[in-house]
Amino acid sequence: MSLVVESIAKRFERFPALNGVSFTAPQGAFVALLGPSGSGKTTLLRILGGLEFSDEGSVHFDDLNWLSLPARERRAGFVFQNYALFRHMTVAQNIAFGLSVRPRRNRPTRHAIAKRVEELLALVQLDGLGKRYPSQLSGGQRQRVALARALAIEPRMLLLDEPFGALDAKVRKELRGWLRALHERLGLTTIFVTHDQEEAFALADLVAIMNKGKIEQYGTPEDVRSAPKTRFVAEFLDSAAV
Amino acid sequence: MSASSGSLASRWRNANVLPGFGLSLGFTLFYFSAVVLIPLAALVIRPWSLGFEGFWHILTDHRVVAALRLSFGAAAIAAAINAVFGLIVAWVLVRYRFPGKRILDAVVDLPFALPTAVAGIALSTLYAPQGWLGEPLSHLGLKISYTPFGVIVALTFIGLPFVVRTLQPVLADLSLDSEEAAATLGATRAQTMIRVILPMLLPSLLTGATLAFARAVGEYGSVIFIAGNLPAVSEIAPLLIVIKLEQFDYAGAAAIGVIMLAASFVFILALNLLQQWAGARR
Amino acid sequence: MSRGPRRSTEDHPLLRVTLGVVAVGFIGLFLVLPLTMVFSEALSRGLAAALAAIEDPDALAAVRLTGIVAAVAVPLNAVFGIAASWAITKFDFCGKGLLTTLIDLPFSVSPVVSGLIYVLIFGLQGWLGATLRDWDFKVIFALPGIVLATMFVTFPFVARELIPLMADQGREEEEAAASLGASGLQTLLRVTLPNIKWGLLYGVLLCNARAMGEFGAVSVVSGHIRGLTNTMPLHVEVLYNDYQFVGAFAVASLLALLAIVTLFLKSFLEWRYADEIAATHRH
Ligand SMILES: Nc1ncnc2c1ncn2[C@@H]1O[C@H](COP(=O)(O)OP(=O)(O)OP(=O)(O)O)[C@@H](O)[C@H]1O
Ligand SMILES: [Mg+2]
Repeated sequence: MSLVVESIAKRFERFPALNGVSFTAPQGAFVALLGPSGSGKTTLLRILGGLEFSDEGSVHFDDLNWLSLPARERRAGFVFQNYALFRHMTVAQNIAFGLSVRPRRNRPTRHAIAKRVEELLALVQLDGLGKRYPSQLSGGQRQRVALARALAIEPRMLLLDEPFGALDAKVRKELRGWLRALHERLGLTTIFVTHDQEEAFALADLVAIMNKGKIEQYGTPEDVRSAPKTRFVAEFLDSAAV
Repeated sequence: MSASSGSLASRWRNANVLPGFGLSLGFTLFYFSAVVLIPLAALVIRPWSLGFEGFWHILTDHRVVAALRLSFGAAAIAAAINAVFGLIVAWVLVRYRFPGKRILDAVVDLPFALPTAVAGIALSTLYAPQGWLGEPLSHLGLKISYTPFGVIVALTFIGLPFVVRTLQPVLADLSLDSEEAAATLGATRAQTMIRVILPMLLPSLLTGATLAFARAVGEYGSVIFIAGNLPAVSEIAPLLIVIKLEQFDYAGAAAIGVIMLAASFVFILALNLLQQWAGARR
Repeated sequence: MSRGPRRSTEDHPLLRVTLGVVAVGFIGLFLVLPLTMVFSEALSRGLAAALAAIEDPDALAAVRLTGIVAAVAVPLNAVFGIAASWAITKFDFCGKGLLTTLIDLPFSVSPVVSGLIYVLIFGLQGWLGATLRDWDFKVIFALPGIVLATMFVTFPFVARELIPLMADQGREEEEAAASLGASGLQTLLRVTLPNIKWGLLYGVLLCNARAMGEFGAVSVVSGHIRGLTNTMPLHVEVLYNDYQFVGAFAVASLLALLAIVTLFLKSFLEWRYADEIAATHRH
């Protein structure tokens, strides 16, 4: 019942974006992918979400051969860095989308969908904003709508690509605490991409430090911080401390 | 000259460092008035020489009503055809990669560049009973030239680039994120197309179709050869204006002209509203 | 990209083929086939017959008239386009939005109406009809009317290319030139025009194509006098209605060649100078 990623490799034309990435995350773990720009974090996350395809390697989750499933059958809640909300739909319609596109026999009734949307709005603390359009929300609110939309499909795991990247420092901090609390409540295996060390160390159970398409070190925040395994990790952690 | 007026003058100059405002705006307004505004005013004034009753009488004439109905009806059908095929052409041009794409893209503008009379005689010959397309179609029992279908064919020809050229930049700017988000939420490709992509394109699709419609309503050259111009059957409104002018019925021609001008203003208004709608989405 | 699984933003291969065939088929059927038809009909009796039709004195007169009309209308509209976009993009004044909208008005007016308005003013029974007759000056059924109608129809082409382009470029460069002591004319010639030259050329190209090919508006004011007031498109019509199909298509193929050259240059400008022509054409 865990996520096992083995030797994932991916090239774009000639350029190797991922060079044999392996890690294991226990069920319900909160994993942060941390690394400099271009280190392959987004690429790895997109492979897990089914939006990109690896050249080599395998992923298993809950006894599922994860990579053989198409994106829409994975039920991986994916939150994009720039939210990717549907601009022509209201907040409620955005959140309901994943339920309303199910095949008829699995689709909840209209009423059930509406109820679920209300619950999710409450969960992300946006009660009463269901009728608004994304353009009428603040960045932090949009981010929470994106999260609610991902949660609506009862995802097997959550994949967050720099979810707070576009927000200012204060809102980031607030949302950080809120996200951690939400994680405790839902217990979903979560992979979280970030540039921001402080964020990674504050939030995650496990941190993977990535560089040039490889994981340089993988472990608990304490271990990584107290005993950097490679020079790159030491320098990377150092540079941000300054 | 007081000090205050001096500082006012310098502030005035500061606000307008660039010269030539009076000259450029003056010439613009003069030329615009002389070429466009005053002649259009002459048109608007003309039909009332017969009084409102006379104006109404002209417009309710059987032949005029039929011509207006044909011009607007055929233009609407052609715009609808172009909305469908223009969307497909734009999609193929933006999303797919294939050899010869640049040529296909350039050819889309042909109706803009090809004189309408040339298009008119080409279409007419093509769809004539012995023409390359007219003959096989006549075996199927379809008669195109000298019928309202011929009018629709010609108006479809001239309208296509409006839809394609309006959609293309919007499609190219459409980020793939929304489609990927829809996929991760469990939508099939068809559901993504119908519920995500199409609604996002709708304002531009309607804009393009309106442009095609507006152009088609007034189109003359490409239509008159293929239409056969049977009164009350395949006679378009612009042609009726020409016929009335040939009979020196200036008021009659002007009356139809005023209706068509009014339609132009409605189109401009509609396009502005569509633009606002598209802008509000951003 | 046929190997491996399909991306979630990619269409099913069958759909790709279907839509591709529909698009190519539609363009082939509605656009390419008529164009091919023009040349095929022109050459149906051999090249010599086509050339003879073009060398006919009436045809040559039509070519000359078309050239004259374009030579007057296009530069005038180009000057107007530069003046209008200078006024609209370099200054703020009230009514600017309305003016910008109205400049496009001729695009949405039927060509026949564009001719009609001049007949209503200058025609025999028009506003100035009697006066002009007394002065023995013909506008309608003569060159001035044809030029005026063409000017109206091609009025917005240059302005609508330049306005978004110059709005994009802002005012800083001109302000810098002015602050360095350049006169208005120097600023225009040495700062503004070099910046907009490709956009200007683009607008002039489209303006010229329409000016040479305009049919409806010119047809209303020309009077169809052979060898005198027939432009090339009108000459095509006259020949066609006379059942002189080879002649009609021979002259038409000259116009079709003009269209092809225009399209080629247009595509070239879009490809080579994409950033230096109006924002609306960047694709
Ligand atoms: N579609 C693509 N085509 C070609 N190269 C790509 C593509 N996507 C990513 N790359 C390359 O792969 C490498 C890894 O990119 P990725 O987006 O995974 O980095 P990242 O760690 O998420 O960076 P950032 O922190 O800036 O988001 C980069 O060098 C990038 O240029
Ligand atoms: Mg990234």
